[in-house]
Amino acid sequence: MSQRDGDLFERASEFLAMFRRGAEFTRELVEENARLRRKLLEVETRQNDAAQDPKEWDRLREELIERIQALQSEREDALERLGALEQENRSFAERFLQIEEENNNLANLYVASYQLHSTLDLQEVLRIVVEIVINLVGAEVLCVFALDERTNKLEPVAAEGRERSTFPAVPLGHGGIGSAVANGEIVYRENLPNPDAGEPLVCIPLCVGDRPIGAIALFALLVQKQHFTPLDHELFTLLGGHAATAILAAQLHGQSERKLNTMQGLIELLTK
Amino acid sequence: MQRHRILIVEDSPTMRQLLGFALKRIQGVEIVEARDGMDGLRKVTSDHFDLALVDINMPVMDGLKLIHLIRDEESLKAMPIIVITTEGAEEDRERALALGADEYLTKPVQAGKVLALVKGLLKI
Repeated sequence: MSQRDGDLFERASEFLAMFRRGAEFTRELVEENARLRRKLLEVETRQNDAAQDPKEWDRLREELIERIQALQSEREDALERLGALEQENRSFAERFLQIEEENNNLANLYVASYQLHSTLDLQEVLRIVVEIVINLVGAEVLCVFALDERTNKLEPVAAEGRERSTFPAVPLGHGGIGSAVANGEIVYRENLPNPDAGEPLVCIPLCVGDRPIGAIALFALLVQKQHFTPLDHELFTLLGGHAATAILAAQLHGQSERKLNTMQGLIELLTK
Repeated sequence: MQRHRILIVEDSPTMRQLLGFALKRIQGVEIVEARDGMDGLRKVTSDHFDLALVDINMPVMDGLKLIHLIRDEESLKAMPIIVITTEGAEEDRERALALGADEYLTKPVQAGKVLALVKGLLKI
């Protein structure tokens, strides 16, 4: 967060410097205008005097022509500088939009990560995973699978859009989901609008290091969700790591709680 | 500096946090969260808010019922309401707007779009 704040302050300083340059340019123009007014008054006076003398008149004419040429050249310089400033302004505006988008994407990733690690209750973690996939990605039908290490099968543990019981357990290494988990790679299917019921549109393997924990499978998207964005891909990667860690941590916490209760019960029994 | 109070009525903590993040970029904004329609109704009738962001699918009381009750209340008739929902069907949009919502956004939302709508409705 502080790095991002620093970046934003840096950008703000750049904008401020740009506006200062604009103000300086305006001040220069105002001064030049005043100088030209004085010069004009002087020329008018000389012109009145020259009306009496033809030689003076010619000299004055030449001076004026030189002055006009100099002013034309200055005008071209000024226009060039103005064009450069406008271009700089446009590029700052584009960069600002890019930073805004990056900022929004980072906020999404931060919130997803924050929420995933906000609890050690397994059901709560699963609810948060489902919530992230629905609200931030836009999935309509999805299932979260957890690997049962005794049977080596991926068992459905949370679902949305369809009853959890309608999702069959998947042996590790079999089908789209089982293979994705076995290989540890996110699997996408090309034809988003017509998914068949069996295979998911996207399968995100959940792994902690090389250890497979489970998978998140997206079977259908919300009607308004037409395609995946770069942010979705970032979210899939984040979920693959952070959801796995959160689920494993919650599973271990649950096991340790149960063991602790058993041991406490045993100690109470022995000490009575 | 004028302060703006915004109520976020949303059952998803993830969405509440995300929307809060986006709205905090508006200077002088105060955000209050409600976790379902009933909680939202309680807060909106007991305190002043300049705008409400309302989800539709929520436990206890859904967003459509909440909008209906808000618009029934004389003092809340003018408060802008933005619906943010997963429901993308046209009839859902029409129903919400007919009940009195001012804007209708479907999830997943872009923070920039939410900010632009909020600023427009608050005229800032």
